[in-house]
Amino acid sequence: MEYLGPEAWQAVALSLKVAFWATVLSLPLGIVTAYALARGRFAGRQILNGLVLVPLIMPPVVTGYLLLLTFGRQGPVGGLLYDWFGVTLAFRWTGAALAAAIMAFPLMVRAIRLAIEAVDPKLEDAAATLGASRLRVFCTVTLPLIAPGIIAGAVMAFAKAVGEFGATITFVSNIPGQTQTIPSAIYAFLQVPGGENAALTLVVISITLALGAVALSEWLARRVAHRISGK
Amino acid sequence: MTLSVNIKRRLGDFALDVSFDAPDGVTVLFGRSGSGKTSVVNAVAGLLRPDEGRIALHDRVLFDAGAGVDVPVHKRRLGYVFQEARLFPHMSVRDNLLYGRKASGLKGQGDLSRVAQMLGIEGLLDRRPARLSGGEAQRVAIGRALLSEPEILLMDEPLAALDAPRKAEILPYLERLRAESGCPIIYVSHNLAEVARLATHLVVLEDGKVLKDGAVSDLLSDPSMVRVFGVRDAGSVLTARVVDHADDGVTELKVSGGTLWLPTVPAEVGSHLRVRILAQEVLIAAERPVGLSALNVLPVTVLSMKRGDGPGVIVQLKAGDDTLLARVTRRSADALGLHVGGACFAVLKSVAVAPADVGGGLQSV
Repeated sequence: MEYLGPEAWQAVALSLKVAFWATVLSLPLGIVTAYALARGRFAGRQILNGLVLVPLIMPPVVTGYLLLLTFGRQGPVGGLLYDWFGVTLAFRWTGAALAAAIMAFPLMVRAIRLAIEAVDPKLEDAAATLGASRLRVFCTVTLPLIAPGIIAGAVMAFAKAVGEFGATITFVSNIPGQTQTIPSAIYAFLQVPGGENAALTLVVISITLALGAVALSEWLARRVAHRISGK
Repeated sequence: MTLSVNIKRRLGDFALDVSFDAPDGVTVLFGRSGSGKTSVVNAVAGLLRPDEGRIALHDRVLFDAGAGVDVPVHKRRLGYVFQEARLFPHMSVRDNLLYGRKASGLKGQGDLSRVAQMLGIEGLLDRRPARLSGGEAQRVAIGRALLSEPEILLMDEPLAALDAPRKAEILPYLERLRAESGCPIIYVSHNLAEVARLATHLVVLEDGKVLKDGAVSDLLSDPSMVRVFGVRDAGSVLTARVVDHADDGVTELKVSGGTLWLPTVPAEVGSHLRVRILAQEVLIAAERPVGLSALNVLPVTVLSMKRGDGPGVIVQLKAGDDTLLARVTRRSADALGLHVGGACFAVLKSVAVAPADVGGGLQSV
């Protein structure tokens, strides 16, 4: 691929890195949130549900700007992170991962929540009567049964994170080799004369990644479902 | 008392207000659907929280609204067999059976092989629940509950979802369970045939309240309960002892009121059986009948007569120490001149038998 310079390859590698960490780090929180929304009986459930959905509805640029205000070096959280741990998120790839994680979170939670709601609570009751505490019921009954949903949610989140643009570019800008992910690179190539070929190649790569992710998740989910049902 | 329940709970328009004590053996909660049977069992299990009242198992208080005690489900140490098997689909039969032991921190496999043998599921241990028949799955569910070493076993219509052959397949295992496990059982049912075969104690529920409770032989032969059990299913249960197997294929049984002859009963001489005699299978004769094909005729005296809404009369008869019910028309009652205290003969058209529980609520002969 002669048109694909090191800049573009960097963008691909960075996108995968950002999407990977965004998915892995938000997965535990995604499972807990999905469980709380599916089975929880607490007062703030609707508020939590709304909060999770907000990034899906708000313009991504607004999310990115709010992240910058909050996690920028001058922001309330960003300032503390810098003062206490010397960590900076704004204009770094870690910030890109945070932005991608937040934007992908609603998709992840939705897939896992649907899977939890499909688990018959009667099975969980049965486990409790056999002496299993709530945590044990969750780990030994609920979790194995929702594994296909978790895989689907994770892959969906990964694909979304690879393609996140608006919030990312607003929060961490578009610095080649540091914060320039595939979408930002496509955008940058299209701004300069003669960049169309490189942009097109990246377009093909991102389509391939997206389709590959969906196919992989379908295959994994089917395998896990098969193993679980024991048919 | 093994289990004592005294609870109130409002569920929409329905008010549950139930109080009873269950002794050792099999206590059947009997009632129509909607009478509150399952709610009572769920309250004992901790799956339904009563508004007020108290539930105690042996000396252990499981729930006491006044004292603020509500032991969580997983610490109640009970086994619950639901209407559907509710096996964990992602585990093998063996892992399902051992789930309760691991969850409650019990060591080893316990009685796995003995329980599996008793329930006839030794050959299924490595299968997944998806590949079990309904009857097999329900037997595994019973084994799973037993192996968690519960202090009480709750069974909520465990046979209701099964067809007649599967029911027939499981009932003998339940009878063995009653005889062998030594664990008190609360059994929900609206099937009188199951009650007659399994129950030692009976609690009859109606509209969320206890209509009557007592030993099964007393309640089944109580004419005032015929309305609840239904005219067709009403009848008494007594204990019989196997005396002899005759050469012509007839088994001789001894009941307190006399002798019964039945076509070959597969039970050892000396063993005890439960005998169920339906009210509509009993004829009354003023004198000992002659020239009749029925083998079983017991001399009886009339204890009481109760008129129903229709043309029928339920006659309560004393046969030895046992009580029989007979359903005759008012016209024949008048024609025979039946009166309380009068002597007559009960002709039994058919008799159903099942193994008796040892040391249960029925008198031995």
